[in-house]
Amino acid sequence: MSNQIIQGILLGGYYALIACGLSFMFSVMRIINLAHGSLAVFSAYALWWLASRYHVSPFVGLLIVLPLMAAIGWALQRFLLERSARGGALLPILTTFGLAIVIDNLLFEQFGADTRSLAPYIGSLSYDSWEWPGSIYVGKLAVMMFATAIVLLGGLQLFLTHTRLGRSIRATSEDPDTAGLVGVDARRANAIAAAIAMVTVGLAGAFLGMRATFDPYAGAPQLLFAFEAAVIGGAGSLWGTLIGGIVLALAQTLGAQVHPQGFLIGGHAVFLVVLFVRLSASGLGLRDLLRLGKTS
Amino acid sequence: MSTLATMPVIERGTATSRIAAMAVALIIALLAIAPQFLSAGSVDRMTALFIYVILAAMWNALAGFGGLVSVGQQVFFGLGAYFAIRLADAGLNPFLALFASGLVVGVVSIPLSLFMLRLRNGEFAIGMWVIAALTHLLVNLDRLVQGETGTSLISLNVYDAGTRRATIYWLALASMTALLAILFGLLRGSTGAAIRAIRDNEDAAASVGVRVTGTKRLLFVLAAFGIGIAGALWLATSITFQPKTYFNVQWTAYMIFMVLVGGIGTFEGAILGALVFFLIETWFGGTGVWYLVGLGATAVVFSLFLPRGLWGTIEERFGLRLLPVGYRVRLAAADDDVTPSPQQTTMHQEKA
Amino acid sequence: MSLLSVENLVVRHGLLQAVRGVSFTIERGETLALVGANGAGKTTLLRAIAGAHQPAAGRLLLDGANLTSVPSHRRVGMGIALVPEGRKLFVQMTVEENLLLGRTAGRPGDWSVDKVLDMFPNLKPRRHARTGHLSGGEQQATAIGRALMSNPELLLLDEVSLGLSPLIVDRVYAALQGLIASGTTIILVEQDLNRALAVSDRVICMLEGRVALEGSSKAISREEVTKAYFGLHRKSSGSVPA
Repeated sequence: MSNQIIQGILLGGYYALIACGLSFMFSVMRIINLAHGSLAVFSAYALWWLASRYHVSPFVGLLIVLPLMAAIGWALQRFLLERSARGGALLPILTTFGLAIVIDNLLFEQFGADTRSLAPYIGSLSYDSWEWPGSIYVGKLAVMMFATAIVLLGGLQLFLTHTRLGRSIRATSEDPDTAGLVGVDARRANAIAAAIAMVTVGLAGAFLGMRATFDPYAGAPQLLFAFEAAVIGGAGSLWGTLIGGIVLALAQTLGAQVHPQGFLIGGHAVFLVVLFVRLSASGLGLRDLLRLGKTS
Repeated sequence: MSTLATMPVIERGTATSRIAAMAVALIIALLAIAPQFLSAGSVDRMTALFIYVILAAMWNALAGFGGLVSVGQQVFFGLGAYFAIRLADAGLNPFLALFASGLVVGVVSIPLSLFMLRLRNGEFAIGMWVIAALTHLLVNLDRLVQGETGTSLISLNVYDAGTRRATIYWLALASMTALLAILFGLLRGSTGAAIRAIRDNEDAAASVGVRVTGTKRLLFVLAAFGIGIAGALWLATSITFQPKTYFNVQWTAYMIFMVLVGGIGTFEGAILGALVFFLIETWFGGTGVWYLVGLGATAVVFSLFLPRGLWGTIEERFGLRLLPVGYRVRLAAADDDVTPSPQQTTMHQEKA
Repeated sequence: MSLLSVENLVVRHGLLQAVRGVSFTIERGETLALVGANGAGKTTLLRAIAGAHQPAAGRLLLDGANLTSVPSHRRVGMGIALVPEGRKLFVQMTVEENLLLGRTAGRPGDWSVDKVLDMFPNLKPRRHARTGHLSGGEQQATAIGRALMSNPELLLLDEVSLGLSPLIVDRVYAALQGLIASGTTIILVEQDLNRALAVSDRVICMLEGRVALEGSSKAISREEVTKAYFGLHRKSSGSVPA
């Protein structure tokens, strides 16, 4: 059982990775990007394509795919989200939902219905594990994923608090008009924030491909996982996403113990329970729950 | 500074709208006798069109009038089919089960609304999706459904194909007409003023005493009921029930497409959008994936460049209103000091 | 050449014309006070100069260069800084972070966080406090400091004394006197007529979006300004409007 708990915690690292981009974009631009999961799957396909076609190791492939994701994030903000956000809070939901449908089906058109995985291209890393005391086996990949999540979240936190660009992004998220008056180019800050968010999505996609299989329509569940982890943990800080991811993963692990179909049910259920408790306890909107802690 | 210097003229129906009302009655009458003259395939297609109109109108009621964008409406579509299976299995006449199922879905949506309506915007949108995903998983657990293998509405097979086809056609037509009439009545009645106030500015509406939550709940439950009926009707036309097909987010994608293209927040727009979708599906449905890519891309383009949709744009350009759900105020002349832009004129004078 | 020329500026808020054809110039080192009743268009005018509102007509020239369509964040780099009405601090961020934000696009110069803290010593212990937790006076000092951090040539001050106790206002104005002495050009909106006249070289009184009266602060009488304030004075004819 303690073995399962440790696996669950490590899986939480993946959910934190996929959640932090969603949460970050929401806190800066007040937009929930419904194409979030589809973009992660796109990144996984890009790495798979490089690996299967040109024998580029997925880790080397990231050097190409992450800058590409950053460019996609920039373009997404400049050409789609900026325009659609001017039409109110509801329009970006529709725009990004339409985009998700386009991405999913283009992936299907290009790569077919077969499930793919990056596991064959990362050598023994996909199954190697360390033995911990108490005959607990932890996968090297899972540990790497968890460590990446911690480094990424910590790096983002440092970036937001200690760099000029980070402060500009936070100022824009608080009040874009006043940010402009003190000299911050709010459009640029938003576009950079979107680019950063997409880099995290690219990383999450890489780990999705390495730890499991994916298909063209795998984006929707990833979006739901990201959203659930962000909401469960998003009480105060970026680190909340990590806690949210761990809680989600543990609930899924527990669910799987109870019933063969219980993995997903457990995750959705704990999300709804947390939501219900929060909403009844605080009377606040979710907006407050999702908001990232600025400097804590 | 006065902006409304002259006496406004308030009117409700217009000459066009009275003609339109008569046309609507005529169209429904023609549709009712149509199965006599149509081929079996055409009757099935028309049934599908009616179901699309229901889906579009119900999603529009929620998003266009209630300001609640949901990407999880497939939950009610799937539940509508599931409860119909369950009720028929319990011995209820299958045709009756279709309607009863819609009612059950409506009832189920009431406790759900208590919880979900406290979420806003994107949180509500994805929150509904989580509900749909969870419901799908739970329905899969029902032994009767046998997981993704699914089951069928077997009891419908006691009727011969012709009777079945025509009955489902009439039921779909009747459901569509009734649901549109309910929505039209709601929008014209006293609730309609509240709905429009919420659509235009929720906070302001709340501050002048509009019952925001109550009104939204009404729309939420109506949409659940209508989409539940649509799911049950779809089950009746296809007989088989596979949870994956019914709880697919694609249904919501269709709804969003129809409403965005037709014109979000306009009564006529949803119907027009369903018609457009129906034609596109008829012509391009065979192209598979590209058809879906096209639907998604069209939704993106409309949301960016034509967020009022086809009908909203027509209305704005020509001041046309076939089925007026609101009041219109015509101004003889604007204030001389300020020349309002056409858009502002529309905003202030045409607000339905 | 004048530092700033405002030429026939018109600014609209939807249907409402807040500024209706205003023209004036300000020279380097000058202090100009904008006075007028609520809704006279002073704040809108100031925000239009800072780039927060796009004018519907007219031009803004800074050192002869057309500024009219330059976005607000680039105007900071050209030497214009606004201390907005209501302070508009980033309340989730600390005093120091707010001040550093002022440096984002600013011009080179000798303003630094330490120099601002020397100017407002009461901010020193609050350096790492979130501005949302500060008192009104501390917030106002931070807002002024944030604008100064960009080393502005033209400082726009909107109602800096609003909501502050007289003692704090004295302190804020003492700091402003220092800035004026150091040669910073200032346009300030001020409700308190006595203070406005005392601190400025020139005064413009606005009425319903137009300039109702303009003159030297030393030469003009308080009564004249008061009349213009209530629309009882017309610059050209001097006749009382109906």
